[in-house]
Amino acid sequence: MDSRQPPKKFEEALLALEGLVEKLETGDLPLEEALATFEEGVALVRYLNEQLTAVEKRVEVLARDLGGAFQLQALTEDEEET
Amino acid sequence: MATPPALWSARPPTLSVSELTAQIQAALEADFDDVWVDGEISGLRIPASGHLYFILKDEHSQLRAVMFRGYAGLLRFRPEDGLAVTARGRVNLYAARGDLQLYVSLMEPQGLGAQQLALEQLKATLAAEGLFAPERKRPLPFFPRCVGVVTALHGAAIHDILTILFQRCPYTRVLIRPAKVQGIGAEVDIAAAIRDLNDHGEAEVIIVGRGGGSREDLRAFNEEVVARAIASSAVPVVAAVGHEIDLTIADLVADRRAPTPTAAAEMVVPRWDELQRRITAGQQALSTAMARVLLARRTALVHLRRRVRDPRQRVVMLRQRLYVAMARLRAALRGQEERARARVQELATVLQSLSPLAVLARGYSLARTLPAGQIVRDAAMLRPGDSLRLTFARGEARVRVEAIEV
Repeated sequence: MDSRQPPKKFEEALLALEGLVEKLETGDLPLEEALATFEEGVALVRYLNEQLTAVEKRVEVLARDLGGAFQLQALTEDEEET
Repeated sequence: MATPPALWSARPPTLSVSELTAQIQAALEADFDDVWVDGEISGLRIPASGHLYFILKDEHSQLRAVMFRGYAGLLRFRPEDGLAVTARGRVNLYAARGDLQLYVSLMEPQGLGAQQLALEQLKATLAAEGLFAPERKRPLPFFPRCVGVVTALHGAAIHDILTILFQRCPYTRVLIRPAKVQGIGAEVDIAAAIRDLNDHGEAEVIIVGRGGGSREDLRAFNEEVVARAIASSAVPVVAAVGHEIDLTIADLVADRRAPTPTAAAEMVVPRWDELQRRITAGQQALSTAMARVLLARRTALVHLRRRVRDPRQRVVMLRQRLYVAMARLRAALRGQEERARARVQELATVLQSLSPLAVLARGYSLARTLPAGQIVRDAAMLRPGDSLRLTFARGEARVRVEAIEV
């Protein structure tokens, strides 16, 4: 999947997974449909696990240079603590 | 009636209107050059010149007042009719019209402080524009990849925010746009910071705040530019202005407000381990449910198999039916045979009556050659010495031919 999903996508996927579980638990699904539901759920689990660690822990300071363009500078631990 | 000529006779030198006016002005300047006066504003007019014209009055008296644009621009509140104020200025005569006027240089509302009134007025204006309306509030992203922060780069607020953000969610990117949060120009910097994070485009939610302070320290968060910047932010804004007594305007405009920077950080990111737990729980529940579905199918299959009859049983049944059918057929055949036999008997009786033996019973006999057994109808067939068998109605005899007579 696209690595830059809209932020809501994660929540939707999580809710979808929980919906599939419920469907599989309560619904009297035909076998074919049960299998499809299961596979869809497995794909969602994979996607969600990927998303969980997709972003690296990082702190940056946003500034503009003389030309007005954005500049990002990593914030060091020292600066953070002072 | 008094006699005018007597008065006229003792008259001092006359003055022109301007001279008199000048004298009055001088007298007023001496005694009323700096007065403080309480009154209520009425008949306020603000023409294009920007000067404020109004009447200051109490229950019994009224006084014209003017506040020139230069002074009016410094007012911290918006004057309006009915407002009780304390004005400071000088009283003088407007020579061109002969009007006595208070030239106001400073004015403060009574009761509330000017600043407080200004705040109330700004609140009222923004509320009227719908900037505080609940329907304007946007939900925060569930799991933001990038959190924008507007606050002082060095301070307790940023420290608290980063600590909590990473404690809850180690996989987060934080983009800080440092801003001056108090003192002159702070409001402009805060507003610019919010716009910068929006323009940069990666932050999915913005925390704007500072770690507490006196009411004066929070002033920037009550300024209109900050309110406007928050309102026009494309991504949701969480106000985290550490304060206890009053909500700032920033709190009111923001999509969410947090009592402290720590609380803001808690609002903005989910607990990562909680998410992981939910995903794992979902995964396990999925497998369990699937296993249960399969088990249910298998059980159903067993039941079905039990209900399906063994084909051999069917063969047995068919064979039984076949036996029954054959028995019936046999019975039917037997019946038919009996009927046929009866018929034969009947026919035999008829035949009996027609039999040659019946003729013999009348005294005829039947001669046959031996050994050929030919029935003899013509004596010419015979030679003397031939053997014949004679058949009578009862019994037979063998005879020999002695002579032929034709």
